[in-house]
Amino acid sequence: MAKVVAVTGNEACANALRQVNPDVCGIYPITPQTDMMQRFASYIADGKVDTESILVESEHSSMSACIGASAAGGRVVTATSSQGLALMWEMLHIASSDRLPIIMPVVNRALSGPLNIHGDHSDAMGARDTGWIQIWSENGQEAYDNTIQAFRIGEHMDIRLPVMVCLDGFIISHSIERMEYLEDQEVRDFVGPFKNFLPLLDIDKPKSYGPLILTDLYHEYKRAQHEVMTKVKDVVLDVAKDFEKLSGRKYGIFETYRLEDADIAIVILNSAAGTTKDVIDEFRDKGIKAGLLKPRLFRPFPFDEIAEALKHLKAVCVMDRADSFGSYGPLFMEVASALYPLEKKPLLMNKIYGLGGRDYLPSHAAQVISELHESAKSDRINTRKEYIGVRE
Amino acid sequence: MKAKGWKDLPPGAVVLEGGSAARFKTGSWRAFRPVWKEENCIQCLFCWIYCPDMSVPVNDGKRGEFDYNYCKGCGICALECPGKKGQKAIVMVEEGK
Amino acid sequence: MAETVEIRWHGRGGQGTVTAAKVLADACLSGGRHVQAFPEYGPERAGAPLRAYNRVASKELRMHCPVLEPDVVTVVDATLLDSINVAEGAKENTAFVINTSKSPGEVRAKLNAGPKQRVVTVDATKIALDCFGRAMPNSPMLGAVCKVTGLISIDHLLEDVRKSFGKKFSQKIIDGNLEATKRGYEEVKEG
Repeated sequence: MAKVVAVTGNEACANALRQVNPDVCGIYPITPQTDMMQRFASYIADGKVDTESILVESEHSSMSACIGASAAGGRVVTATSSQGLALMWEMLHIASSDRLPIIMPVVNRALSGPLNIHGDHSDAMGARDTGWIQIWSENGQEAYDNTIQAFRIGEHMDIRLPVMVCLDGFIISHSIERMEYLEDQEVRDFVGPFKNFLPLLDIDKPKSYGPLILTDLYHEYKRAQHEVMTKVKDVVLDVAKDFEKLSGRKYGIFETYRLEDADIAIVILNSAAGTTKDVIDEFRDKGIKAGLLKPRLFRPFPFDEIAEALKHLKAVCVMDRADSFGSYGPLFMEVASALYPLEKKPLLMNKIYGLGGRDYLPSHAAQVISELHESAKSDRINTRKEYIGVRE
Repeated sequence: MKAKGWKDLPPGAVVLEGGSAARFKTGSWRAFRPVWKEENCIQCLFCWIYCPDMSVPVNDGKRGEFDYNYCKGCGICALECPGKKGQKAIVMVEEGK
Repeated sequence: MAETVEIRWHGRGGQGTVTAAKVLADACLSGGRHVQAFPEYGPERAGAPLRAYNRVASKELRMHCPVLEPDVVTVVDATLLDSINVAEGAKENTAFVINTSKSPGEVRAKLNAGPKQRVVTVDATKIALDCFGRAMPNSPMLGAVCKVTGLISIDHLLEDVRKSFGKKFSQKIIDGNLEATKRGYEEVKEG
C-alpha cells in the first residue's frame, strides 16, 4: 500500500536508502546533498537500518571507502554534489572499471568558480565519461523511484556497474512535494538480497582487485567495459517493467510528452522538463504542435531510440543546464550524434539555461518554443548555440 | 601462450586466484646474480627476510640454494648478509660470466 | 477551489515562514491533492528578507520555478511592506494576508490594492506573544491563510500543526501554537 507524503527530494532519497537497508554507506557532507546523508546518518544512529557508516575526511576518501566495501562484498551507497563529485573523480573511474555496483544519488549543483551552491548539471555532466550509469530525475518522486530501481540495475549480474541517480539541487532536493512511498517490505522484496559477485572477503577463493594492466590488455579491458554498457538499456527497461507492476508508475529510457504528433520539440533534463510541459500545453491550446523529450538514462545514451523518437520533427532545441565551454552543451552533443545517421534530420539548436540555479521560467520555455515554431516555418535556424535568460 | 581477447577477460580485471604471482617469473630481468657461499653462511635468514620476492627458499629453518626464477638481481641479500668472520655468504656476480 | 492555488510568503529569517509553508503543504495533502512548498534559498540568516512558496492543485504539479503570479501573498513581517514590493506579479484578484496591527483599510491604501484584490490583516505577532510568549507569527499566519483560502478546515490544520510541532517542541509550546493558529483563523479582519 502506497503512503502519500509531502517531503523533499533529499528526504525521499534518504528514505529509499533506508528502505533498501544497505550494508555500508560512505558519508561526507556537501550542500545541497548534506541533508540527505544527515537523515540517513540519523537512521543509522536510531537503529532503523543495519548499515555501517564510514565517516570520512573527503569525498575522495568516501568513494575510496565505498570501493573497498563494495569489493569486499557489501551493498554500498553514498551521495554527493558538485565539488564533492569532482573530488571523487579518479575514484569514480576505479569503481566502474572494477565493476562495483555502488549506488550514489547526485544532487546536481554548479561547480566552482565562482563559488555557487545552486542547481545545475555541470557536476554530473563532468562525470559522464567515468563509466557510471546515470539516471536523471525530474522530481522527488522520480528521484525516489530511480534510487530504488538503481539497485536492481547496477547489481544485475550482467551489469555490475555503479549508478548515479541525478536530481536537481534545491529545486528538487529542498522542495516539498507530494509523493508516494512504497512500503518498506515492498522495497526490500523488489530490490532483493544483495548478490555477491567477486567478493574479496570470500577467503576460500582469494582474489585481487586493481592489478597493473599495461599495453598488453588495457585496451581489451576498456572494450569489455563498453560491452557491459550496451547491455544496460534492456536491464533498465526490465527493471522499470517490474517497478510499474509494484508502483503503477511507468518509466522508460526517456519520457516523451505530446511528441508523437509534434512538429517541434524541446529536449531537456530533470526539473525544467516539468515547467516546459506546462508551457507546451499552453502552445498546444494555441494550435502549435510542440512536444518534449526528457532523457532518463543518460549513460549509456540511447542513441537509436532517441533518433527514432525525434526523426519526424521539423525543429528541435536541446537545452543544457551545463556548458562545455568552446563547444556545445553536453546533452546537445549526444542528441546531435544520435540524429547524425538520419538522412532527413530536424533542424537542431542548443540553448544553455539555468546555470548556477538561475530560475528556468515559463517565459524561457515560451521563448524557445516560439523560436522553434519560426524556425520550422522558415526552415532555418538563427543561432546554433545561445545562452538564454542571460543579461546583456 | 596466446594473448587473451576482450571477451575472455575476468570482469573488472579481478585476479581470480591467490598466489598467482608465482607464475610471474622475473629471473630474466637480472644483470647480476647472487651466489650463495654456504661455507660462510650462519643461517641468520636475513636474506630470506630482505628478499623482496621469493628467491630464498627455506626448509626446516634453513635456507637452500637460490631460486633464480624470481631473482631480479637487486642485491639486497648480498648487502645485508653479515657473513662469517668478514667473509660474505652472498656475493653478486655478473650474469654471463 | 481553483485548479491551482499559488501562494507567496514574505518573511524574515527566524520567523518560521518556511516552516509555515511546509505545514500548509502537508495539511493540504488530503483529498488526493498535489502540493509544493519551497523556500527561495540564499544566504540564510536571521532577519534577512526571504520568500517561500506554496502550490496546491487538484492535478499533478509540474512547474518547478518560483510563484510569479500569486493568488495569495502572505506577509509575515509588516516592515517588509516598506522595503520590498510584495505586490509584485499580483493578479487582479490576489488576496493579501498581512501580519499587522493596522486596519485593513490602512494597508489597502498602502498597497494601493485594486478593487477585486482582497486585503486581510491579522495581528499575528501579538497573538503569538499572548499565546506562547515569543514573536513567532507563523502559526497565527497559518490560521489566517487557512481562513482566507479555505483550502482546508481549521480542525484539519490544527491536527497538522500538532503533528509538525510535536516532533520538536514541548507540550506547552505546542498548545500555545495551536491556540495561536486558532486565534489567527478567528481574528482576521478584511476591508
